[in-house]
Amino acid sequence: MGKQIYKMTVNGQVKEVMAEPRELLIYVLREKLDLTGPHVGCETSHCGACTVEMNGMSVKSCTVFAAQADGAEITTIEGLGDPDGLHVLQEAFKEHHGLQCGYCTPGMITRAHRLLQENPNPTEVEVRMGIAGNLCRCTGYQNIVKSILAAAAQINAAKEAAE
Amino acid sequence: MNDLTPPTREERSAKLKGLGTSRKRVEDARFTQGKGNYVDDIKLPGMLHGDFVRSPYGHARIKSVNIDAAMALPGVIAVLQAKDLEPLSLHWMPTLAGDKQMVLADGKVLFQGQEVAFVVAEDRYIAADAVELVEVEYEELPVVVDPFKALAPDAPVLREDLEAGADGAHGPRRHHNHIFLWEEGDKAATEQVIDSAEVVAEEMICYQRVHPCPLETCGSVASMDKVNGKLTLYGTFQAPHVVRTVASLLSGIEEHNIRVVSPDIGGGFGNKVGVYPGYVCSIVASIVTGRPVKFIEDRMDNLMTTAFARDYWMKGRISATKDGKITALHAHVTADHGAFDACADPTKFPAGFFHICTGSYDIPVAYCGVDGVYTNKAPGGVAYRCSFRVTEAAYFIERMIEVLAMELNMDAAELRRINFIKKDQFPYHSALGWEYDSGDYHTAWDKALEAVDYAGLRKEQAARVEAFKRGETRKLLGIGLCHFTEIVGAGPVKNCDILGMGMFDSCEIRIHPTGSAIARLGTISQGQGHATTFAQILATEIGIPADSITIEEGDTDTAPYGLGTYGSRSTPVAGAATAMAGRKIRAKAQMIAAYLLEVHDDDVEFDVDRFVVKGAPERFKTMAEIAYASYNQAIPGVEPGLEAVSYYDPPNMTYPFGAYVCVMEIDVDTGTHEVRQFYALDDCGTRINPMVIEGQVHGGLTEALAIAMGQEIAYDEMGNVKTGTLMDFFLPTAVETPHYTTDFTETPSPHHPIGAKGVGESPNVGGVPAFSNAVHDAFRAFGLRQSNMPHDHWRIWKIANDLGLHD
Amino acid sequence: MIPAAFEYHRPSDVAGALSLLSTHGDDARVLAGGHSLIPMMKLRMASVEHLVDLQDVAELKGISVADGHVTLGAMVTQHSLIESAELAEAAPIVREAALQIADPQVRYMGTVGGNVANGDPGNDMPGLMQCLDARFTLQGPNGSREVAARAYYEAAYFTARADDEILTQISFAVPVGGYAYEKQKRKVGDYATAACGVVLAKEGALCTSASVAMTNLADVPVWSEAAGAALVGTDCGPEAVKTAVAAAVADIDPAEDNRGPVAFKRHVAGIIIGRAISRAWSRA
Repeated sequence: MGKQIYKMTVNGQVKEVMAEPRELLIYVLREKLDLTGPHVGCETSHCGACTVEMNGMSVKSCTVFAAQADGAEITTIEGLGDPDGLHVLQEAFKEHHGLQCGYCTPGMITRAHRLLQENPNPTEVEVRMGIAGNLCRCTGYQNIVKSILAAAAQINAAKEAAE
Repeated sequence: MNDLTPPTREERSAKLKGLGTSRKRVEDARFTQGKGNYVDDIKLPGMLHGDFVRSPYGHARIKSVNIDAAMALPGVIAVLQAKDLEPLSLHWMPTLAGDKQMVLADGKVLFQGQEVAFVVAEDRYIAADAVELVEVEYEELPVVVDPFKALAPDAPVLREDLEAGADGAHGPRRHHNHIFLWEEGDKAATEQVIDSAEVVAEEMICYQRVHPCPLETCGSVASMDKVNGKLTLYGTFQAPHVVRTVASLLSGIEEHNIRVVSPDIGGGFGNKVGVYPGYVCSIVASIVTGRPVKFIEDRMDNLMTTAFARDYWMKGRISATKDGKITALHAHVTADHGAFDACADPTKFPAGFFHICTGSYDIPVAYCGVDGVYTNKAPGGVAYRCSFRVTEAAYFIERMIEVLAMELNMDAAELRRINFIKKDQFPYHSALGWEYDSGDYHTAWDKALEAVDYAGLRKEQAARVEAFKRGETRKLLGIGLCHFTEIVGAGPVKNCDILGMGMFDSCEIRIHPTGSAIARLGTISQGQGHATTFAQILATEIGIPADSITIEEGDTDTAPYGLGTYGSRSTPVAGAATAMAGRKIRAKAQMIAAYLLEVHDDDVEFDVDRFVVKGAPERFKTMAEIAYASYNQAIPGVEPGLEAVSYYDPPNMTYPFGAYVCVMEIDVDTGTHEVRQFYALDDCGTRINPMVIEGQVHGGLTEALAIAMGQEIAYDEMGNVKTGTLMDFFLPTAVETPHYTTDFTETPSPHHPIGAKGVGESPNVGGVPAFSNAVHDAFRAFGLRQSNMPHDHWRIWKIANDLGLHD
Repeated sequence: MIPAAFEYHRPSDVAGALSLLSTHGDDARVLAGGHSLIPMMKLRMASVEHLVDLQDVAELKGISVADGHVTLGAMVTQHSLIESAELAEAAPIVREAALQIADPQVRYMGTVGGNVANGDPGNDMPGLMQCLDARFTLQGPNGSREVAARAYYEAAYFTARADDEILTQISFAVPVGGYAYEKQKRKVGDYATAACGVVLAKEGALCTSASVAMTNLADVPVWSEAAGAALVGTDCGPEAVKTAVAAAVADIDPAEDNRGPVAFKRHVAGIIIGRAISRAWSRA
């Protein structure tokens, strides 16, 4: 099967890409759409560096074929925050030293973003379980967990203030 | 002028965000937005992709290679073999350890995964398909994966390229699979003391083969511009300048025509120090095709072929008086180096700094000998988050201490305490030839034991053992102790070099007219936060806010020559260069300030961010004013501009140390464990950024946890790698990782300009023995002396089973 | 790690999927969540010429609890199993087991049908479904048939499903009494070193029915009839548990792998089975 045109909504914009069905979503995003935030780490769906959001789910984009993503709605790390400022999670990771080499960070934050959508007020154990699909080799997770809990508190406080 | 009160000295100092400040990292805005720039993010016009045909066998002769079907696949540009590289003399390459290594298999393969042919294609998909189409006919040869069996008289000859009986790079070889015997200390005297000692403990301790496994694998992008003769090489290099020199020596391209760039690196941990066949092949392929060529390892390539660490079999004998005073230490190591000796050590140290193995203890006489051995395993031998072979040494001594404590029937904390080098003994000359710069071990030890209520823990443990014996619980409690001394910051040029390059490092500073600055260094961050912390060193030295200082590393066209980042050498060496370059800036600034203030040079003094007239602090020139003046005023006897460069050759290594306690619950029936408490006290001398230090400690401890409790590169008897993916190669998730408590004492290095010692690797060096000792300690009451890592579930279960605890 | 090329199909109903399977025979494979199949394809250990992606087949995505029966469409994800309130009410053991599978990302994609269908001995749902005495619906060119979970598995990756059939639905009676799914693994994301599902009912002080099934302790899931029988009529006290564990361990046949040798696995299996029984009893 030769190349096909696949259409997906990525970070709110409709994109068309030419790809073979077997091409992996991570490479489509990185090489065809120049979204190099998500990374390739293990290639067997263990490390989560390639995590993006697809149709409201956190997925490991190294284990999704381009063809499967046809018609999907996708958010990558590039879709968080805006040109003028960082997203609350991004800010919290910076504030609490939740990253070192930065390689796992886009996948980690993208996953944390989804986690907080589903569980806006997680306990530490729930955060640890919630990011168990994302490996980090640098931080020992302690400050990542701290960052996510801080972001959750901040988001909740902002919500309360708005109500 | 306005009527605001001028800022106080403290306020001016705080504004600098200099030494001791938990300054937030400047790298993070970029990384958190996914705007890092790692090697696989590089996309050049016309770029091709390379992929390897790899050996499925551990040892085999290559009978034939047929590339016709691969070449016929549309989109395949070239398939390189050893014979294509031979005319360029690139089919073999020198290793950092004085050996040589095949770039592409030359007649035979010596380990599973070895590079046989390099396919170059239009994209990664075509390259992968073409790899499948290359037909290689192998004749299997006998495989040796055990270093002791490799030294048997009738063991198969692995390295047919080496002349039998000829000396190696480190002296005589006594067997066809022997690489070197390296010795330090007084063997005869050591043996004499041990043979007549009151108490002797003897043990064989294995530190298994592991792998640094950074989340980003290794890779390179080579781009040869044939018209102007310039080669640009991007890659995951922990030592970009050395790579440039090696690339020049290998390729014959003049060094000024090679630009090596280390972009952001997704973790290194020692994996990215060496030069790998993939880098060489991407360069050759770019030269051959005239197009940029990218090579990125996949995870199996990474785990199976690059940069293993450890694989040391350490036989120890330690002697003491009846009351526990250590009298001698004897160590012999059988070191499995794999198929090629590619250890990343300073040239004169084929076993790295293993002779730091007397640890934190005042041991009057010692000997260590290390035999390097070839086997059918991947080459490597890197310093995985440690200075060269220091983790092995620390693990060895900290296990030997525990074994000796059992032999003496003594508390292991007390045994350590009575043998520590005392504060007033520094600088301390060890029996194996090191000069320890500074330390205060007793203070750190007491603080640690008090923090965890050591006496209380021992009481709880004893009660637990009794309850276990009564059948009331199936869980045991282990208290893992470790007091480690590291040796980092390689190193003095007089005895440390890599491929002949002295292990100095460098910093070059330019102050801009408006008082901000850029500093470039010969090192390269892989997550350590250099852009943040080096600016802090400089802020304190030159009085310009860290926020106004850009730090740049990794581009050999712009950065001064340096030996790179590994072995915790960045702070001890490049950090010192930064301070020294800063002092040169300050010296010139002083002359400018004196001129502007119309006083003699000696009549002004530095005060945080300015020079003031002595005794008249209202008369001053800020560094910003001085910088401006340096560019716009003709100052007699002073060159315009404000720049400095420093190449720093450290007079000695630095010796960080620490006291760790791990409290672990062990389920005797399932072999599972839970770390209930981990306390880590680190003394890394002067603390530059406490936040960054704490982060380094968390990360290093987690790597130590992985190594102690599950990580292993395991081979079967056929030479197959059993742990080639992250399903089986253990990297803990947030769920398996415990919470850590960090603490510190601060004993500055007397020879470092700012007293800093380095910290990135301490937690791995000290963490592994702490976790492992906790496992051993849990079973001490039942007589366990030694059980090799990794302490995964079945091996812990086996300890209990062998001790009869399941009966 | 790059998979070989394949033709991709995305039918919108079961009939369409079956027709593709008929056309392409054993060159075709069905794709559910893909988290077993895709890594195997990337490692080139599985070769697939025609990939039939079931993501658009809406009829396979429902969870229903009615008339004392639970019915799960094959494409229901592990995540949906965990999130379903009615399932948590009716059969909480399913949620407990699903939470121990892989990691959050994999659970969003991984489906219950994919987990039970392919016969991977490491998967948790087959053992669980044997514990629950579930029935699998297989649809093929000649209509549909039902196979008991306890009769479905023949050997590793060999099942009662024919190449031209699709496992479309799983159903089981709402379990009564206590339950537990106990799993020992090396880390999150790993397969079981040993795992065991137990459901049992209690009347007065005695056990009236019990079902015990195990995961990754043989090349197929193991339902131990003898273990269940050993518990019925007892108070599930230490002696009864010991007898049941011995019976269950007699039925397993674990293989050595990186998780450990056979003796270790047999011993740990016994511990895990015992814990599962005790926990289930405490909930009965």
